[in-house]
Amino acid sequence: MTSKSNTNALKVFPRRHLLTCEGLSANEINFLLDLADRNADHIRNNGRKRDVLEGRTIINLFFESSTRTQASFEMAGKRLSADVMNMNVATSSVTKGETLIDTAVTLNAMRPDIIVVRHHAAGAVELLSQKVDCSVINAGDGAHQHPTQALLDALTIRRAKGRIAGLTVAICGDILHSRVARSNINVLNALGAHIRLIAPTTLLPSSPERLGCEVFTDMWKGIENADIVMMLRLQRERMDASYVPSTREFFHFFGLDHEKLARAKPDALVMHPGPMNRGVEIASTVADHSKSVIREQVEMGVAVRMAVLEALSAHLPGFAEDAR
Amino acid sequence: MRKPIEKPKSVGTATVFINARLIDPASNRDEPGGLLVKDGMIADLGAHLRRNAPEGANVIDCKGNVLAPGLIDAQVFTGEPGYEHRETLKTASHAAAAGGVTTIVVMPDTNPVIDQVALVDFIQRRARDNALVHVQTMAAMTKGLQGEEMTEIGLLKRAGAIGFSNGKSSVINTRVMRNVLSYAKDFNALVVHHTEDPYLSSGSMNSGEVASRLGLPGISKIAETIMLERDVRLVEMTGGRYHAATISCQESLDVVKNAKAKKLPVSCGVSINHLTLNENDIGPYRTFFKMRPPLRKEEDRVAMVQAVANGDIDIIVSSHDPQDADTKRRPFAEAADGAVGLETLLSAALRLVHSGDITLTAMLRALTVNPARLLGLHSGRLVKGAIADLVLFDPGEPWVVNKDLLRSRSKNTPFDEAKMQGRVLRTMVAGQTVYEYAGVERT
Repeated sequence: MTSKSNTNALKVFPRRHLLTCEGLSANEINFLLDLADRNADHIRNNGRKRDVLEGRTIINLFFESSTRTQASFEMAGKRLSADVMNMNVATSSVTKGETLIDTAVTLNAMRPDIIVVRHHAAGAVELLSQKVDCSVINAGDGAHQHPTQALLDALTIRRAKGRIAGLTVAICGDILHSRVARSNINVLNALGAHIRLIAPTTLLPSSPERLGCEVFTDMWKGIENADIVMMLRLQRERMDASYVPSTREFFHFFGLDHEKLARAKPDALVMHPGPMNRGVEIASTVADHSKSVIREQVEMGVAVRMAVLEALSAHLPGFAEDAR
Repeated sequence: MRKPIEKPKSVGTATVFINARLIDPASNRDEPGGLLVKDGMIADLGAHLRRNAPEGANVIDCKGNVLAPGLIDAQVFTGEPGYEHRETLKTASHAAAAGGVTTIVVMPDTNPVIDQVALVDFIQRRARDNALVHVQTMAAMTKGLQGEEMTEIGLLKRAGAIGFSNGKSSVINTRVMRNVLSYAKDFNALVVHHTEDPYLSSGSMNSGEVASRLGLPGISKIAETIMLERDVRLVEMTGGRYHAATISCQESLDVVKNAKAKKLPVSCGVSINHLTLNENDIGPYRTFFKMRPPLRKEEDRVAMVQAVANGDIDIIVSSHDPQDADTKRRPFAEAADGAVGLETLLSAALRLVHSGDITLTAMLRALTVNPARLLGLHSGRLVKGAIADLVLFDPGEPWVVNKDLLRSRSKNTPFDEAKMQGRVLRTMVAGQTVYEYAGVERT
């Protein structure tokens, strides 16, 4: 399976980096999802780790603190037998004033195979990718993109619903600051879903309808007959002004509770990229409800990240010899 | 004490006003006729009731005087909670009733500031139990009126707040103002803004010759106009419903007219003081004439009157602002701004009618149906089925204002000893008479 899928990857997924979901074709996305699907089954069946990335080095470079994404990438790398190094930026030279590019050049000199980067500034990961020879995976850059999150969301939906085309997906909450929303808009649009954005105007980017979505400022209307309700975290750490008056008011009008959820389709799925603010954007009982696939999302995260590592590894120099 | 007026009364007996001059600005009605009130509502009206009272009805002979919708005053400051020695909801409502005002909108500049749902509830409960007229709550648009964090506009509106204001101060932070307008739009909430750049308005009266002679620091008109222009740009961007609380000069009027020409959801008001007084009235440092915006030049006043006459200014407010000796009996620059105005609102406005500057209908339009539309109220009209909020007034009756006879707890009227022509004879709220002129004013 390894050599076959990797050789295939060269054709279907001809990319060295995964920086953004914008411009990913349905073919590319489906290729990654198929790969991830198999990984997910493999893990569920208590499969042992595979040797796809044996002898390869991955650096997890997180300029922004993260628990689940970092752990998920580490797990994915290890399940593919890579050596994974976590760079704790809080104790690194970054805090001593080194620029992003200097950090990139320094790390590049150590010749890793793949760098996984999260940074608080939009565009920072792409900038870094221009300065290194290895593959770069964007694990979140500011309010711009978080490609693996969108892929794992798509996989979760596809596994639960059997398809994505034609589904109505309501993305609700702090869209303005959300890289998850932007990535999901790209991926789900490419796969033919109908996307609705639900938020107060203060938490919407400008010209949201130009992103290929229907826009609602009234959640009661926006959630009507949705197949998927994707809640976003209210990113209070990104708020530099008064965007919403209080968490109480936010929950009242834009929080997902059972009353609002009842407006969605009876078999609607509830998703959340985590970490959740219970009682702010989602009621606890909804988060723990049988319609909630929040735990599956985490599970699919590892499978999707394995797929991405696998697909990119096909482009690593020297891979062809290994495969032979 | 009277019972709450929130629910229409089912008194059983009807009241009929006969021999009245019915004026309803909403329908341009101005004709002799009568009006029948039943169960707190207007049951019928028209020429056919001019002389014919229905059987068993309580008859009020209007003797040819004007019967109009009760006035709606969209800007009233009280002292409750926090400064009850200046004014309570009860005393303000008595002043309103005596002035023919049947609905007052109370401002959030209290202590504590009305920026929470519980405080809106408090105002409404106190008003229900104590007030003679309808009281609507204008809630704060930013917490503590600090201009930094917006309030719970959605929940406050649901609790009954009729609009959102930053009281006597402007929101200086442009981003906050933009967010408030954006956010308010989602809830179709009205944003009412006092427009005055604080950095340009640190003076104590209109800047110009009079201020120079008096040696007082001046407040330029541009302080008002700059803030208003900024706001209009933000309205253009966000689409939020915006009302400039009180404008005072031609330049501001031009900004509003331009915004309206662009079909933006912008309206404006003017205080009765800026329609009837000018900076010369300050004379020898009379602090009762100190207000915000400051009284301007005569040509500004004339421009404001014309704008009300032709409808460019939407509403007239009393900007009733009770201040006591503590805050007013001070050197001019240190004295508080503001003047009481509920009881003299109609009489002062009639000055403009008597001088021929404005028609009675146009003046009443800015005090009844226009504020009703702005605030989304169903009152302010003489129409069958409407709530019986009425004012009966004699437009010609001469009288002299005596501040000691004011019902307001504070006596800071700029019209003390002023000769007025026209006074309120009776005020009815939800079918119940809340004020009746006894012929000779109480002493």
